[in-house]
Amino acid sequence: MARVFDVAIVGAGIVGAACAYACARRGLSVVVLERAGLLAGATGSGEGNLLVSDKLPGPELELALLSNALWRRWAAELAGRYGDLELEPKGGLVVTATAAGLARLRATADDQAAAGVRVEPVDADGLREHEPAIAPGLAGGVRYPQDMQLMPARAAVALLAAARDRGADVRLRTEVTALRRDATGAVTGVETGAGPVTARRVVNAAGAWAGELAGPLGAAVPVTPRRGFILVTEPIPPLVRHKVYSADYLENVASDDAGLQNSTVVEGTPAGTILIGATRELVGFDRRPNPEAVRRLARGAVRLFPALARVRLLRVYHGFRPFSPDHLPVLGPDPRAPGLVHAHGHEGAGIGLAPVTGHLVAQVVTGEAPDVDLRPFDPSRFAVAEGSSRAAA
Amino acid sequence: MPPPDAGTAPAGFTITVDGEPVPVRAGQTVAGALLAAGRRTTRFTRFGERPRGVFCGIGVCFDCLVTHNGVPGVRACLEPAAPGDTVRTQHGAGEVRT
Amino acid sequence: MTGRAAGRLVVVGAGPAGLAAAVAAADAGATVTVVDLGQRPGGQYLRQPLVAGVPPARHSRRAETLLGRALAHRRITFLARHQVWWAGTDATPADGAAPPAPGAGPAGGAPAPGAGPHGGTSAPGGVTLRLLGPAGPVTLTAPAVVLAPGGYDRVVPFPGWDLPGVVTAGAAQALAKGQGVLVGRRVLVAGTGPFLLTVAAGLARAGARVAAVVEAAPLRRWARQPRAVVGAPGKLVEAARYLATLRRYGVPVRRGRAVTEVTPDGDGLRATIRRVDAGWRPAGGGTRTARVDAVCVGHGFTPSIELAVALGCATRVDPADGSPVVAVDGLGRSSVPGVLVAGEATGVGGAELAISTGELAGLAAAHRLGLLDDAALARTAAPALRRAAGQRRFAAALHRAYPVPDGWTGWLRPETVLCRCEEVTAGELRGAVRRYGVDDVRALKLVTRIGMGPCQGRVCGRAATCLLAAASGRDQPPEAFANRQIVMPVPLGAVAEEGTPQ
Repeated sequence: MARVFDVAIVGAGIVGAACAYACARRGLSVVVLERAGLLAGATGSGEGNLLVSDKLPGPELELALLSNALWRRWAAELAGRYGDLELEPKGGLVVTATAAGLARLRATADDQAAAGVRVEPVDADGLREHEPAIAPGLAGGVRYPQDMQLMPARAAVALLAAARDRGADVRLRTEVTALRRDATGAVTGVETGAGPVTARRVVNAAGAWAGELAGPLGAAVPVTPRRGFILVTEPIPPLVRHKVYSADYLENVASDDAGLQNSTVVEGTPAGTILIGATRELVGFDRRPNPEAVRRLARGAVRLFPALARVRLLRVYHGFRPFSPDHLPVLGPDPRAPGLVHAHGHEGAGIGLAPVTGHLVAQVVTGEAPDVDLRPFDPSRFAVAEGSSRAAA
Repeated sequence: MPPPDAGTAPAGFTITVDGEPVPVRAGQTVAGALLAAGRRTTRFTRFGERPRGVFCGIGVCFDCLVTHNGVPGVRACLEPAAPGDTVRTQHGAGEVRT
Repeated sequence: MTGRAAGRLVVVGAGPAGLAAAVAAADAGATVTVVDLGQRPGGQYLRQPLVAGVPPARHSRRAETLLGRALAHRRITFLARHQVWWAGTDATPADGAAPPAPGAGPAGGAPAPGAGPHGGTSAPGGVTLRLLGPAGPVTLTAPAVVLAPGGYDRVVPFPGWDLPGVVTAGAAQALAKGQGVLVGRRVLVAGTGPFLLTVAAGLARAGARVAAVVEAAPLRRWARQPRAVVGAPGKLVEAARYLATLRRYGVPVRRGRAVTEVTPDGDGLRATIRRVDAGWRPAGGGTRTARVDAVCVGHGFTPSIELAVALGCATRVDPADGSPVVAVDGLGRSSVPGVLVAGEATGVGGAELAISTGELAGLAAAHRLGLLDDAALARTAAPALRRAAGQRRFAAALHRAYPVPDGWTGWLRPETVLCRCEEVTAGELRGAVRRYGVDDVRALKLVTRIGMGPCQGRVCGRAATCLLAAASGRDQPPEAFANRQIVMPVPLGAVAEEGTPQ
């Protein structure tokens, strides 16, 4: 009697939504199982970064370049019927205060350019032209015209609605408790709090909870939450044109430090608010406020854009990025559990990498050869001993 | 809590609202002075350009925003009017001075 | 200015509850700092004139006495025009009673980044409040605080409620009482609850022509509340006095009717007044319009609970009126040690109940500070406890007599603005439910921006929650909008300066 789905996607965040959309538009029958409500996790707490600038040459940059192109296509596809995703191809501007920092930044940009990223070196005067309100005294920077931003909440609900219109079944507040497997070990579906769900493939798109979920699914991955705070101001007239960030953001993204790290990321939104990031902390799912993080973010923003000193802070929120120890997504079929597919571990790049992730998952599910070599993202690449114990701490 | 500086503030003065003088009784807020002068609209909204004015009167609703001495987004209902103040009807989010 | 409060107790709010808490604690020996956004102590109820020549309003003798005592008290200091924008507890390992060590730094011993898992074993050792005043940022740290933030007018949305000239009843009263300013020459007072009579009488006395008081509740409900009314004869006298004032000025009180729409009309406004049934659905017939300069609207009050929520205090729904309130024991003790809450934030009940609960919280704070032992607390608290019980019964009866049923949702049009800050309409809310399957407040805020503007959902949150529940078919926790870590918008410069590095 139970319906058999082609694919059960666990998690309705941006990655789960993208997987659902990519699978549904290929005609697959899809069920999305979300433990909480819509936008309950990091998707509802992110800035909506679609960045190539923060990635060094390598497999993740390859994903990012493909994904940025896909976002443009998807946003256009969805725009009429599913609302404006507020996709802004406004470019990123990475800045630094010192000559030494600028030299390092330019060297990185040269490497990125060789890998296909468009880069535009900007001198100190150029900074003021691109960002008239930026603080004086900066040494220069690099502009990345391919960097974009969108409204992640709208993007996720639009993708889910579009998937639903193509037959996907989205079940909120339905927690997956175990993987169902047949005698050969192949995946046949999942158990949920509301009963079993039968599916030929199961996709773990549980974001920061992917590590916790991997236990019940029988295939451990060491993905843990990396907390970030964001400040949101009152709406103001346009002041910040690009996504502007300090060069130390690159180092923080790449670091493994568990303590509070912050770098300054400032950008406007179509709603008129200014978003200020970014902090990174490995503190588990700690939901307590951190006044020090708030203070540092405010200080960084005011230093970069002095006019922000008079702009009022309205909100502070936090989210949990899915942190993967080698800073690469966990993406592709799990050799330990035939039928199980992973789609998580994107850390702060989940919004940006969602379309390519969905696209590759759909290719895996349909048995097509994936457009990208998935070996760097192999879910079984981590030592099993690490397990998911950190997530539980 | 210190009482209002009855000794230093004059009993009455004017402020400039959109270029016109508006009388103030010492102690009044900007909103009080505007309403007493029959000016109900303090701003026009960002998206629909809808007129807005005092609503809650106690600093909660952020509807009576004006540009006060060049600073946008000031709650007229909380801001004591002071001699020489310049108030402008705010359009959208106002301007941020850089 | 950064540092520990001059005394040991900080009281937030200088209305009746805060003043009563301050006096009770100071009488017991505490040194008290009272912070308030207003220019002068008194809050909304005891609002003092700011302008020379404006006659002070009459209040109950108990309230007047209280204000006088608070102003004269040697151990009470007032910090006027100070807005609290952040409240946090200082986690200390194990023993929660210990205040942070002197010189613990400007952050007041705030949790260190990466301090490790919060297993619920650490308890707060004190409370840190960050404020912004006319002279800049201030940080206060104290082992105990009494939160008495009061509440604000609740107004249900209707077409035209965002027009200039449509104001809350409280705004009309505040402008008249504090500054001698009328919101209009010819005004209509509409909504529900006895506060409308107070406001209308005050406006009439101040010289406004009050076209009518439009009260949605029918009169007969009072007949069903004999016990509570008998228990509070003073309240009846008060109501009779306001009604007599209204008669004197020829102000009709029209019951069972509601202002369901306001439109611009030349320089003024045109209000549509309709007969409504007990559920506030249009009852047919008797529709008329009134041309006025201003419409003063109130549908009860919304308790201000965000400070307590930011501090982690448990909340509950007040069965009397459905408002989310802070959960406290009989002495105002919240679920967070050292955080006491009094007044409307613990349940909307008016000034006299606020004074009683404030006094109790002040005593409980003194007990917490070691200034009163158990026996002294029991002895000193007994009279206020008795008063509070009767006042609470009366408040509950008022809520039963003046409920806010959901029929107002039928007054809305798709294009009626719901979230005034972000200009989101009722139709957009329903569209988000229909098109995207939005079924909780978090998703609603993110997808539609309802409640994301500067008022942080204070004005529309309750209404949005109600509409969302109806549209989605899911119950919604009424406190969903009250989670505001930034308690009030604050300039980034003040946030950045706060506690410059040691």
